[in-house]
Amino acid sequence: MTTQAASIVGDYKYGFHDDVAAVFKAKPGLNREIVAQISDMKGEPAWMRAFRLQAYDLFEQKEMPRWAAEGALDGIDFQSIHYYVRAADRNARDWDDVPEYIKNTFDKLGIPEAEKKFLAGVGAQYDSEVVYHNIREDLAKQGVIFLDMDGGLRDYPEIVREHFGTVIPAADNKFAALNSAVWSGGSFVYVPAGVKVEIPLQAYFRINTESMGQFERTLIICEPGSYVHYVEGCTAPIYSTSSLHSAVVEIIVKEGARCRYTTIQNWSNNVYNLVTKRAVARKDAVMEWVDGNLGSKLTMKYPSVYMTEPGAHAEILSLAFAGPGQHQDAGGKVVHGAPNTTSTIISKSISKGGGRTSYRGLVKVYPGCDDAVSNVRCDALMIDEDSRSDTYPTMEIDADRVTIGHEATVGKLGEEQLFYLMSRGLPEAEAAKMIVNGFVEPIVKELPMEYAVELNRLIELQMEGSVG
Amino acid sequence: MTNASPTLEVRDLHVEVAGKPILNGVDLIVNKGEIHALMGPNGSGKSTLANTLMGHPKYTVTAGDIRFEGESVLEWTADQRARAGMFLSFQYPTAIPGVTMVNFLRHALNAREGRDLPVREFRTRLMDTMKQLKMDQQFARRYVNEGFSGGEKKRAEILQLQLFKPSIAILDETDSGLDVDALRVVAEGVNQVAAQEPKPGILLITHYYRILNLIQPDVAHVLVRGRIVKTGGRELAMEVENHGYERIMAELGLTAGEGDTAEALHAAAT
Ligand SMILES: Nc1ncnc2c1ncn2[C@@H]1O[C@H](COP(=O)(O)OP(=O)(O)OP(=O)(O)O)[C@@H](O)[C@H]1O
Ligand SMILES: [Mg+2]
Repeated sequence: MTTQAASIVGDYKYGFHDDVAAVFKAKPGLNREIVAQISDMKGEPAWMRAFRLQAYDLFEQKEMPRWAAEGALDGIDFQSIHYYVRAADRNARDWDDVPEYIKNTFDKLGIPEAEKKFLAGVGAQYDSEVVYHNIREDLAKQGVIFLDMDGGLRDYPEIVREHFGTVIPAADNKFAALNSAVWSGGSFVYVPAGVKVEIPLQAYFRINTESMGQFERTLIICEPGSYVHYVEGCTAPIYSTSSLHSAVVEIIVKEGARCRYTTIQNWSNNVYNLVTKRAVARKDAVMEWVDGNLGSKLTMKYPSVYMTEPGAHAEILSLAFAGPGQHQDAGGKVVHGAPNTTSTIISKSISKGGGRTSYRGLVKVYPGCDDAVSNVRCDALMIDEDSRSDTYPTMEIDADRVTIGHEATVGKLGEEQLFYLMSRGLPEAEAAKMIVNGFVEPIVKELPMEYAVELNRLIELQMEGSVG
Repeated sequence: MTNASPTLEVRDLHVEVAGKPILNGVDLIVNKGEIHALMGPNGSGKSTLANTLMGHPKYTVTAGDIRFEGESVLEWTADQRARAGMFLSFQYPTAIPGVTMVNFLRHALNAREGRDLPVREFRTRLMDTMKQLKMDQQFARRYVNEGFSGGEKKRAEILQLQLFKPSIAILDETDSGLDVDALRVVAEGVNQVAAQEPKPGILLITHYYRILNLIQPDVAHVLVRGRIVKTGGRELAMEVENHGYERIMAELGLTAGEGDTAEALHAAAT
């Protein structure tokens, strides 16, 4: 197999198993051979290789999703994308081993020095691969596993095999199929029963190769009674050609466990950000998605929770900011598949300079799932006349004694609010920023402090020049 | 008073809202250190005048002038007027969800003073002022005017008046909705600002004589249908309190009626 791979990529001497720092880059484009090659180079078990190949066939068969906007995804040229890139040849064990250029990236992201000591473990996906990964000793002692997904598959093949693809099958949608075929990197988190991870697990991602696809795959398993907060933050430099980011995140929250997954994404304006995120919440389990989307050309992302047993609770907080040329099609899905399940969706979106935001949400209550309670609130703020906001809420309620609340507001930047702040001496632009930051506060206050600061700063940058 | 320097000078001010004339030639001079009471029936244009003075974009000045410390401010935006030293205490302060008082006040003070106030200095100033106004410290953590009771809103306005120390303060019904104790606290706050050098001018819009026992005006005006129809001393406010606006209007030959034109009112008043 290695020989075959080598023939495809040419000079393979700086390849995957070499200890010398090297760069491997698959040829652009996708076919069965490239998929097989990715699996072979990673030395994966046969079942994963088969899974990838089957997923590839599904990807070929599946239609492009059409709901965000007709033709919106036509700009993706699957044959010009590199499906696998490695930046460095092995995982660094501690901070000193992290290459200087990666540290520079962190500096650019403005990650404060003080924060590092809080890091439970850092998984930074640099290109397609996790190059730095470190688990704090006490976490390891608790039996918590926090690895990149490739490492998880290598070291814990049984746990991975039992759960991988069970929440989001490859057949779920075209991009889930694509990810299943070519996935690389992402995180594998396993929290044993009863273990509460006190500090957030954090990972930083970025894309750095032009025209490179990023297909990370994350699997989080929370055993009964456990708790974990996983945080993923992301910024990307500007690129000249279109990029595709298509991740899959699967989470299984078992009885009485609680999981929070926080994302801040700020892709450059040429990135198609098409992510499938789904969690299963079992008996009395709590799943919380906090999802902030800035940047990208088009984002399509609807974190979902399937409540499969009584007492499960789902919470989805979604924040979207669309600037010029951007379309954020975001929202959430809650599926009540058992009685006495509860859910909340809060969505806040801002569009400016011709940007477009769409809230797309689903509340589904299956027959027999009585006493379900769901509250949906979506607020959209349009900064100027050119911008656009739409709401597409779907309710499919097939049970009795169900309590469903839905509230939606769409508004412009309030004239009275602007006047109030300006009458205190704040220039218009500053007043507008303050109102916008206040608007997103219900979501920002749920973020870890440094992310909240970073997000407010990002929003201020986005707002600059938009008024006055 | 004649040789005092005018802080605020309003000349023949005509104002329209949504194409509808509301102010029909208001003349008013507030000198440094003076307290003016402005009274008038509901809908007579008091808040319109207050908002226009502060530069609300919805209110269009169709004629006349507003001068602040000798300069016309018609072309100035609200924030420019504010930084120059004008202040409006709102009749209905607007809620800014998600923005804490402390964050808002710090930004506002920085903008006004053109510098980044040291955190400690800012905190001391804020806490001291809040204490004077008998406001709970927790108040600073709340979102601007959101869920404030009527009285809390007014107190928050006076807190800003005290922090900002303007040269002209326009207080639009800052006394309404206050209980007796709160009224006293607010009046004390206003009096304290009024006594500070350099002494500001104060335009106190009110419906109630009650506050004028606590804050002693030098001059009182009555605004009817977009015009100041009568100006006098404190006794004018007393007259309004005792007899209402009808007597004043009758005295001036004004009858409440649809047919009254701005010109007729003007003629009657002069
Ligand atoms: N923004 C606005 N849009 C439309 N009409 C307005 C606006 N502001 C004021 N008006 C109208 O102008 C007139 C004067 O209103 P204003 O608020 O100035 O009265 P006021 O004297 O302050 O009354 P009150 O004593 O009730 O506070 C009213 O008829 C009011 O409806
Ligand atoms: Mg009024």
